[in-house]
Amino acid sequence: MNEITVDGEPLPFVEGQTVAAALVAAGRVAWRTTRTGRRPRGVFCGIGVCFDCLVTIDGVGGQRACLVPSRPGATVTTATTVTTGEGGDE
Amino acid sequence: MSEPADLVVVGAGPAGAAAAVTALAGGLRVALVDSGTAVGGQYWRHPPEHARAAIPTEDLHHGLREYRALCAALEEGRAAGRLDLRTAHHVWSAVREDGGFAVHAVDRREAPRETAVVLRAPGLLVATGAHDRQLPFPGWDLPGVLTVGGLQALLKGGGVAAGSRVALGGTGPFLLPVAAGLAARGVEVVAVCEAADPRAWLRHPGALLRNPGKWAEGAGYAAALVRHRVRVRPRTAIVAAEGDDRVTSVRIASLAPDGSPRPGTERRVEVDAVGVGWGFAPQLDLFLPLGCELADSADGNAVVAVDAGQRTTVPGLYAAGEACGVGGAALAAAEGRLAGESVLADSGAAPAPGRRRTARTARTAAVRAAVDRQRAFARAMGLAHPIPPAWSSWLTDDTVVCRCEEVTAGAVRAACADGGAHDHRQVKQLTRAGMGWCQGRMCGPAVHCLVARERAYVPAERLVATPVTLGALADLDEQPPEPADHSEDRQ
Amino acid sequence: MTSKVVVVGAGVVGAACAFHAASAGMDVTVVDRGPVGAGTTSRGEGNILLSDKEPGPELDLARLSRTLWDEAGEELGPDSFELESKGGLVVASSPEGLAALREFAARQEAAGVRTEPVDRVRDLEPHLAPGIPGGVHYPQDAQVQPVLAAAALLRAAVRRGARFRTGEVTGEVTGAVTGRDGRITGVRTASGDVLPADAVVNAAGTWGGEVGRRLGAPVEVLPRRGFVLVTEPLPPMVRHKVYSADYVANVASSDAGLETSCVVEGTRGGTILIGASRERVGFDRAMNTAVVARLAAQACALFPFLRGVHLIRAYRGFRPYCPDHLPVVGPDPRVPGVVHACGHEGAGIGLAPATGALVTAHLLGRPWRGADPAAHTALLPDRFLTLGGAPE
Repeated sequence: MNEITVDGEPLPFVEGQTVAAALVAAGRVAWRTTRTGRRPRGVFCGIGVCFDCLVTIDGVGGQRACLVPSRPGATVTTATTVTTGEGGDE
Repeated sequence: MSEPADLVVVGAGPAGAAAAVTALAGGLRVALVDSGTAVGGQYWRHPPEHARAAIPTEDLHHGLREYRALCAALEEGRAAGRLDLRTAHHVWSAVREDGGFAVHAVDRREAPRETAVVLRAPGLLVATGAHDRQLPFPGWDLPGVLTVGGLQALLKGGGVAAGSRVALGGTGPFLLPVAAGLAARGVEVVAVCEAADPRAWLRHPGALLRNPGKWAEGAGYAAALVRHRVRVRPRTAIVAAEGDDRVTSVRIASLAPDGSPRPGTERRVEVDAVGVGWGFAPQLDLFLPLGCELADSADGNAVVAVDAGQRTTVPGLYAAGEACGVGGAALAAAEGRLAGESVLADSGAAPAPGRRRTARTARTAAVRAAVDRQRAFARAMGLAHPIPPAWSSWLTDDTVVCRCEEVTAGAVRAACADGGAHDHRQVKQLTRAGMGWCQGRMCGPAVHCLVARERAYVPAERLVATPVTLGALADLDEQPPEPADHSEDRQ
Repeated sequence: MTSKVVVVGAGVVGAACAFHAASAGMDVTVVDRGPVGAGTTSRGEGNILLSDKEPGPELDLARLSRTLWDEAGEELGPDSFELESKGGLVVASSPEGLAALREFAARQEAAGVRTEPVDRVRDLEPHLAPGIPGGVHYPQDAQVQPVLAAAALLRAAVRRGARFRTGEVTGEVTGAVTGRDGRITGVRTASGDVLPADAVVNAAGTWGGEVGRRLGAPVEVLPRRGFVLVTEPLPPMVRHKVYSADYVANVASSDAGLETSCVVEGTRGGTILIGASRERVGFDRAMNTAVVARLAAQACALFPFLRGVHLIRAYRGFRPYCPDHLPVVGPDPRVPGVVHACGHEGAGIGLAPATGALVTAHLLGRPWRGADPAAHTALLPDRFLTLGGAPE
């Protein structure tokens, strides 16, 4: 079965689904927290325009979950991270 | 394709695909670029080719015969080595260069990895479509509230329904196919709130009578909705969404003619998802930095000004589809064909074998007539589904207007009252509304309506049309920065 | 004493002139075709820099301005325009470069700038690239949000009785009205009326050359195009204004071609600004992707983590510069009553309060808020005037 990992938990997906579609299919409506108001956000526009659904995929931040196809084994994290290239994220 | 292209087409929706097919048929070499994983754009959004068996979506589509014909023609062009199809390529800038154009994109086929790519051609055709126009209302930033386009994209692209009890609201015919699609997937569509008064259409009978195809499409959705017992409620709106960490209910009200809620008509409906949309905002990002002239359209948007052959005011630059005025897929495809014909005529391409020049002229005239007819329909649609004048009365001062920077309606109002701001760009400078990740794509039309409703909405110029990593950009830099040596340079 | 003053231009310099003139009790009207801070002010990074200036007339003005920005912060509330005394860090990329930078800093120190040599630059900026031999820390370098700063200064001027007249027609100055003695008595606007004035301040920034010409007192102010890149919002990663020492050479350069040497800094909004390309291409608004790529490459060379960070916006502005790269501040001897306050190039935000104070001092005929007309003579327009009259 196809799976990605979201914050360490396995999440199944159907081949062809974006990361956002896989999250929504699993019943997740929110996965990001806003910077100032600390409000929950998930998918809103679904077509890459609103940037509400941002996640980090395979260590690369700022990825629109609604655009990136799920790939078996991909690692998704929902907390804001910056890859420093210095041996770790912060 | 190894030889350089004659034409770059940005956007592989109905307009861009039709334009590319027309240009290919005329013998040109075409590079067709799209950010999606498949040809079709938003209207014919599909899962990637290899996944279509796992995610069946055919029943959600309209006009698939034309889609398949376009795909087949593109495939033919590819096999002949004249089409360079670039899906999952995101264009961040298009600039004039040596009498032609350089289109800068990032190749994201291996996302999240991205690589900078530059496509060059003497001609450029931009068909970047539109996205749902949003009007903020209390609770619209709760998880579970989506754009109607977002609900549709999840359904058509991923086979996923974002809820099981859904209310839709806003204005425009697009609410109907989304409601029908959700219902077809077993979703309980508890309300379709159409703010407009359907009688507004009666003021434009000509536009309706001359476009029977639109009637048929609309009637099809209406029949589907009846079948699923979904009622469209005219002159109503979702005026608030409620819930703690996600939406659990909406408040629906009947609207007075000016769009203000009629007192005493509000009622609460439990839902687990909401879809909202107020028509569409054309995607003009690539046009504005190139200096295209704009024109007003009937729906409150500024659009790219084009001549009868879809030529913009910038030589060599053509536009087709929603960027020239929101009008739906059929109009977009017709404009694409027209633009393709203009590219052929302007480039002096010989007619394709077996085709005579007079045949091309006759064909072009027929397409132009179809475009004119459908534009009249689009204009009537824009006038019949306006943004309710009193929409802003639904907003409380703490309603978030800019979702990215979390700027409230109160802050926007203060920027106008105290700061003297009289357009959305000034509001941005004073409040940060529109300065976040989406660069005002979501809140721009709304801020504009709060500040300068009487004018057409011209989006802020965005020199970077989509985010691109600095690493990918740095790799574009041909000369690496030289080591610093400033001992003599400094005065 | 001058009573009626018309300030042409509602950018940060015009707003500062209005603020100081109104504070000195003058009757001030600010006119602009657009709203506050809509021109070059909105296209800058908000730099208040001492670090990039060599000892001389501009540094003298910058030092005064630095003090006046702090005073403005106390008076108007530092948060109202995001005043941040974050300090600058200039880094060298080679030992020879470092030696030259240190020598430059020593001369600045002698001219009254606080400088601190830094050997381990990553103690100050942990995410800088490895291998940088050293740099100089300038604790006085600071930042403001320019449009908010202009708006705050103008609001304060209005509280002191100033008026703001904006509009494409009503705010456009078309000419001067002069008396028999040649002295200014008013300015004409595009709407046909005359605003009475004892003095007119030309604070029109990049358009200062044209406004000067209309007033009969032309000065040579030219546009220099600059692109600034804005990244996605991030948690704090860059604490200072960080730039390579090459920037100092570029600011003073008069070469026609493309020059970039990026300044990298974080903002309160979380974005990182990468700034300061310089091209002399007139008012050409076209996007230059080569410049953007170069800025990106330079920024990534300084801060390797930026390679994975998204550019979400780029903007360009036209910096007003005079041929000798000094602003022109002071009365024009050809038309009594005209006072110039333009040509600040990329330093207009930083130099605005001192420019406003100096203009006010010229109008008063005596020092004002530390600005002494007798001390800033190198900025006077006289330097452009040949014996026969105005320069071409």
